[in-house]
Amino acid sequence: MSDIAVQTRHVPDRLNSRAFRILRSWEALLLAVTVAIFIVNSFASPYFLNAWNLSDATFNFTEKAMIAFAMALLIISGEIDLSVAAIIALASTAMGLAVQYGAGTPELVAIGLAVGLLCGAFNAVFVTILGLPSIVVTIGTMSLFRGISYIILGDEAFRGYPSSFAWFGQGYIYWVFTVEMLLFVIIAVIYGVLLHKTNFGRAVYAIGNNPTGALFSGIRVQRVKFILFLLTGLMSGVAAICLTSRLGSTRPSIAQGMELEVVTMVVLGGVNILGGSGSIPGVVIAAFVMGLVTFGLGLLNVPGIVMSIFIGLLLIGVIALPRLWAIAAQSRKA
Amino acid sequence: MNERLALAHSPVVSMDAITKTFPGVKALDQVRLDLYPGEVTALVGENGAGKSTTVKVLTGIYRPDAGTIRIDGKPVTLSTPNDASNAGITAIHQETVLFDELSVAENIFIGHAPRTRLGLIDRAEMHSAAQQLLDEIGAPLNTHTLLRDLGIANKHLVALARALSVDARVVIMDEPTAALSHKEIEELYALVETLKTQGKAILFISHKFDEIFRIADRYTVFRDGAFVEDGLVTDIDEDGLVKMMVGRSVDQIFPPRQHKIAEDVFEVEAYEHPTEFADISFSLRRGEILGFYGLVGAGRSELMQSLFGITRPSGGACRINGTPCVIRSPADAVANGIVYVPEDRGKQGAIIGLPIFQNITLPSLGRTSRSGFLKIAEEFKLAREYSTRLDLRAASLDQDVGSLSGGNQQKVVIAKWLATQPQVIILDEPTKGIDIGSKAAVHAFMAELAAEGLSIIMVSSEIPEVIGMSDRVIVMRDGRIAAEISGRDLHPETLVRHAAGITTTPQLQEA
Amino acid sequence: MLPRLIPVRETVLAAAILLLLILVASRFSGFVAPANLVNVFNDTAPLIILALGQMVVIMTRCIDLSVAANLALTGMVVAMINVAMPDLPIPVILAIAVLLGSVMGAINGMLVWKLAIPPIVVTLGTMTIFRGIIFLISDGKWVNSHEMSAAFTGFPRAVVLGLPMMSWVAIAAVALFGVMMARTPLGRSIIAVGGNPHAAVYTGINVGKTQFIAFLLSGALAGLTGYLWVARYAVAYVDIAGGFELEVVAACVIGGISIAGGIGSVGGAVLGALFLGVVKNAMPVVNISPFWQLAISGSAILIAVAFNVRAGRSKGRIILKRAEAPS
Repeated sequence: MSDIAVQTRHVPDRLNSRAFRILRSWEALLLAVTVAIFIVNSFASPYFLNAWNLSDATFNFTEKAMIAFAMALLIISGEIDLSVAAIIALASTAMGLAVQYGAGTPELVAIGLAVGLLCGAFNAVFVTILGLPSIVVTIGTMSLFRGISYIILGDEAFRGYPSSFAWFGQGYIYWVFTVEMLLFVIIAVIYGVLLHKTNFGRAVYAIGNNPTGALFSGIRVQRVKFILFLLTGLMSGVAAICLTSRLGSTRPSIAQGMELEVVTMVVLGGVNILGGSGSIPGVVIAAFVMGLVTFGLGLLNVPGIVMSIFIGLLLIGVIALPRLWAIAAQSRKA
Repeated sequence: MNERLALAHSPVVSMDAITKTFPGVKALDQVRLDLYPGEVTALVGENGAGKSTTVKVLTGIYRPDAGTIRIDGKPVTLSTPNDASNAGITAIHQETVLFDELSVAENIFIGHAPRTRLGLIDRAEMHSAAQQLLDEIGAPLNTHTLLRDLGIANKHLVALARALSVDARVVIMDEPTAALSHKEIEELYALVETLKTQGKAILFISHKFDEIFRIADRYTVFRDGAFVEDGLVTDIDEDGLVKMMVGRSVDQIFPPRQHKIAEDVFEVEAYEHPTEFADISFSLRRGEILGFYGLVGAGRSELMQSLFGITRPSGGACRINGTPCVIRSPADAVANGIVYVPEDRGKQGAIIGLPIFQNITLPSLGRTSRSGFLKIAEEFKLAREYSTRLDLRAASLDQDVGSLSGGNQQKVVIAKWLATQPQVIILDEPTKGIDIGSKAAVHAFMAELAAEGLSIIMVSSEIPEVIGMSDRVIVMRDGRIAAEISGRDLHPETLVRHAAGITTTPQLQEA
Repeated sequence: MLPRLIPVRETVLAAAILLLLILVASRFSGFVAPANLVNVFNDTAPLIILALGQMVVIMTRCIDLSVAANLALTGMVVAMINVAMPDLPIPVILAIAVLLGSVMGAINGMLVWKLAIPPIVVTLGTMTIFRGIIFLISDGKWVNSHEMSAAFTGFPRAVVLGLPMMSWVAIAAVALFGVMMARTPLGRSIIAVGGNPHAAVYTGINVGKTQFIAFLLSGALAGLTGYLWVARYAVAYVDIAGGFELEVVAACVIGGISIAGGIGSVGGAVLGALFLGVVKNAMPVVNISPFWQLAISGSAILIAVAFNVRAGRSKGRIILKRAEAPS
């Protein structure tokens, strides 16, 4: 026994200070990019630094970001929901249908949220109870949900939303600050706290890093995932209310392709698409990056589709560059 | 036999001063290994001695940092698996490393299938060649069968046929008998003899001593990544080999135990599962270590995972402190004070990617938080307490648990569960794959926990560990309890006899 | 040996398609007339070709979401080349289309292989980039049928032995991929990499390189389809085949190709595409609004994936002796 050295060693809590970790983080890099874009834009166009223009620009990202926060948690847990834009379409269609029967604003909001939750629950049942891969399930429900909108609407559109309903997508709280901005901030704070400050958030990280290990640690993995799908559905419902209110009409093609923009925002925000890591501040900054790029290039009369090149390059570049850097460093060493 | 070995023939493969370092660990430190044609060399060592790293270096998966590999005396570089295969080195691995969705013939010939003049795979030729190889090793398999429809033993035969198909000169067998039945093992030995007569050099990695003495001609011993000694098997006995492996005598490892008769804490009654186990009834007392012994595949882990709520039993009941408990999920088990340290640490135990302190507090978050909100300071406090208690070796508590050694990862997993203040802790192969120092520490700690009144179930396949640590032992066979043994009846022979189902051996009963 | 000869997944799917045909025929017998079936097949040809490429990618545990954008970009480029040089012979156009598509596939493949970026991220990015480039080169303008040469638009519609060239190209692609999967080392490698990447390394297969080749093949087929698509519909613009990538993935999923990799077949991909094609073409015939199509294909995906997972779930090890005996 004597040859086993038993001495109690002191293990420090942390080696690096908090400031050091923040400085080296993905979020810091992203923030630098945002500032750079902001500066370049303000030089490139005289219209950029106008409070009302900037306020308008936030519509480019607020609705997507609301979903992106919930999607970030879902992706960190190792799942994905590609049906979010289709949920918007279905929720919007349901609200439009309700308007035809004379529903008022409170009923419309309730319907929008309820449809979002139901769709989330539908996805959740397939993924957590039947154990199917979420990417396939949500590609399926993406067609199904939007398909139902098409069945209901065909090539028609619903209009005639009550004027009080316009508040969500067109209203202002104070000066240039829109209702959507307020919602964006509130939702960002709620999800930031949920992910970073609660037991639930810790469980999300644990599941994303090792679902089996999390299960063996007594975490109710399927229940957590079920809730995450519900939340993503709910946020799609909120986004549907804002978008429908802003546009004032519903077509089945509403928010087409938005799911990929949401995923792009999440990945750009430093969330690992394979699960396990990521942060809400990162997604917030990514939302601003995407909003500013779209807005800035828009002022320069660059069409939206070309901006998407920039977003695509950003998405690949931010992941590729550090890896290229590492490879280059390694070959220099050898 | 001896005469043949004594002949000064040169090795086919010779590794010299091979060093391989991973961040923080020296996996191989200037080791050497020689493999001779027509001979079986057993590579012996504890888990973590560097055996699997050696295999990976030989098969071109890892490139060594330093040292030379010679084939027929000429230095070679094996930088890809293809290089190794071209050099005639092939390996049959512990796990089935072949492809379920391909047929037997395709598995045998993947990478070097016979081609037609058009460059397409010549199916007729491939199947007939595969059949010929299978006949050679006496494997009664259809070459068209998909691999997923075969059992483990048959998959091994396919792997072996594959090894023969590449015209290998060196065959590496990494624990080939681990999952095989007695009869299958005998067939494998016969195969090894065939390979020997064909002049192939065989590297045989095994933990079973009877096996080594039965079929190996030479031995090479590694310890903690370093070469210890090699020689002819005829020149050494079991004791000597063990001493070289562990660097000291084995009897010292187990701590003294006090046996106390206390009240039942955990009772299991008539637990059963449609396919895994049946008629399981036992009770566990306070402060007791209850060993579960059996052959691999006897259903021990399956039973434990069911007690922990991973799988649901189809019948039966359990009581904790006399109160019936319903366990439908691990979360229920933890709530009832039952925790499980799994055998598969990487997948089921530690959560790689999360820091040490978060791993430790994961199941205890209810206590370190307030109404669902985290309190990081409390988490560090708890983590500090248990990491100190387990003598965890780490740079800091917010270090990724994945950067720790196997032994220290195991300590994190145990710390995680102790922090929940459980009543029953189930340890599944608690010392498998960890170094000898950590092993002794784990044993000492188990004794300490039991003395403090924690009830322990220990699943182990190592007979010395079972006997050295347990107050009582339950032997399982084919999913049922074969025997419950305690006190003076606790002998290696008794355990093996019950585990293997040998009922009438009078001379052993006296022992 | 039996499961090899009669693959369950494909049989069930083929039966479903047959049932669908019978149901439709009971309402409107003209639907199963040979001429109409030829039409249905021809209509589905692009989906079949793309599904083959996607199948190979999915089997190596990747996904290619950029196929539709690749198709649209290649289509635009060859259309513009045709406008600029109307006399360029069709074989050259075909070669350019395949080459251009391959280059785009290779870009995806290199990013996945050399930089180890998750395929879904890579192809999500290149998808938007490719679409953007179409706008850049075309300035957002359409290339219309009157600008294209007769030979250019005529090729996919030219009828040979009773079938349009479009269909023949699809048949050739199916045959080629069938041989590749069953009879070439590459085909075996693709199954091996997806089924057990760990073991594939040990058998000397380069996992990253195999994935690269899969992307290359998918890109080449997307490029080829790009020309055929633009020529057949005689129009090229930024948004052609918008969202088609998901229909392609859907065809694969319905065809029983496991998103987890390693499991799938050429027959499955073809049947999956045909199923969607038959549904699409049958709806107007039986007086179902075409707006139902999306919902139906969505439901088909969900049913298919649920069915395949149930069928593929492993039986597990049986320890108890009595469980092995038939009770």
